Amino acid sequence: MSSIPEASPPLWLLAELTYRCPLQCPYCSNPVEMAAAGEELDTEDWLRVLRQARGLGAAQLGFSGGEPLVRQDLEVLVAEASTLGFYSNLITSGVGLTGDRVRSLREAGLDHIQVSFQSSEPEVSALLSGSPKAFAHKLEMAQAVKAAGYPMVLNFVLHRHNIDQTEQILQLAHELGADYVELANTQYHGWALLNREQLMPTREQLQRAEQVTNAWREAHPDGMRIYFVVPDYFEDRPKPCMNGWAQMFLAVTPDGVALPCHSARNLPLEFPNVQQQDLESIWRHSDAFNAYRGFDWMREPCRSCPEKERDFGGCRCQAFALTGDAAQADPVCTKSNQRSLVDAALGAASAQESGAPGLRYRTLQASKDILARQV
Amino acid sequence: MDKGSIPRIHRHFRLQWEEAQGCHVLLYPEGMVKLNDSAALILGCVDGVRSVADIIAELTSRFPDVDGIASDIEEFMAAASTRRWLEFD
Ligand code: SF4
Ligand code: SF4
Repeated sequence: MSSIPEASPPLWLLAELTYRCPLQCPYCSNPVEMAAAGEELDTEDWLRVLRQARGLGAAQLGFSGGEPLVRQDLEVLVAEASTLGFYSNLITSGVGLTGDRVRSLREAGLDHIQVSFQSSEPEVSALLSGSPKAFAHKLEMAQAVKAAGYPMVLNFVLHRHNIDQTEQILQLAHELGADYVELANTQYHGWALLNREQLMPTREQLQRAEQVTNAWREAHPDGMRIYFVVPDYFEDRPKPCMNGWAQMFLAVTPDGVALPCHSARNLPLEFPNVQQQDLESIWRHSDAFNAYRGFDWMREPCRSCPEKERDFGGCRCQAFALTGDAAQADPVCTKSNQRSLVDAALGAASAQESGAPGLRYRTLQASKDILARQV
Repeated sequence: MDKGSIPRIHRHFRLQWEEAQGCHVLLYPEGMVKLNDSAALILGCVDGVRSVADIIAELTSRFPDVDGIASDIEEFMAAASTRRWLEFD
């Protein structure tokens, strides 16, 4: 235990205020077991979490979910965050947002609203979100966000059903006056993992999207900033997930579970709950947060690997989801003897017929059905 | 760079002291940059009123022994504006 490094401060707090959401995105990163979560934290709990996290040194705060706008106390939480000196980000689908709410959140001190889109096309958007009206509303809300003086960040989750529209997506973002665009290829956790075969693009699709993005950047050197997040399955090395386990990122779920990564909930660890323990003892002393801190927990090939300080062995959640053991190297790594799991997934996806998606939507009922089958 | 121009911290960035990190940081949507002492010192003079020349004059008089301070400040301001930390009137 002695060689577990002294915990550096959690610079990022992700407050997942609720699992409720009016949309049903099949790439949602929420856990498929979300129906088994306990009661949502109340306002007092969240205020305490914000104060404790700020006390530990957190400076960036994300309000997400589910759809955080369904929380009626959002303005109260935003106001406290602002008083505490957080830089606060609202991560929303835009559904439930109104021009009035955009302004009241601004008055409460919110720094930034990120609106996520499913697509640049209304039809694809309706197919993916399960809502025919969402797209027009998102456009309107993106404009309201801009008009209220927030920096405008638009997020598009890319997968095989929309990645060929990268050019149209960039065009749309440009016309809306975006300051930043995130082209975030799907990360395969939660519902996205369940739908992996239907969501994974082909290598050719991915290469075209990268070319389109680079060409756009060259043609608009002073334009919006574009972040293109590459899907790690196509790489030889894993991402330095969360900059290392419990190094700078802390997530709290709707029912108060503290996690070092928002997809860690179903790892076989006892994650502490903010209703029973304060964040400082959770962050510094809990077994779950210390489980993969530093390098001592590593096995081969990571243990003796010169690259371990760059990628920290990759993502624990991905290692667990694919190999059944969270202490393995992330199987994305070609040094892992389980890389074949990732290649098999790529192969299965490219053998899929395009068109008819057969996607499994993120609904409470679907989550209950999955839980019923697990028992 | 026009030394008469007046820099402002770009409206999408916020400069603040972070006790836990022991340094100044710039905060922006979902991101943060840690600043070294000289960057923080220069950005701390940026108030939307003083020009580049004013800031150079002030820091030169506060640190008379530092060689090349004027060109360091100008270089930093140019780099900061490429990164969009600063905007100029
Ligand atoms: S990804 Fe879609 S379903 Fe999941 S929380 Fe966001 S908007 Fe809701
Ligand atoms: S062996 Fe482990 S540490 Fe080395 S590159 Fe692969 S995942 Fe990273």
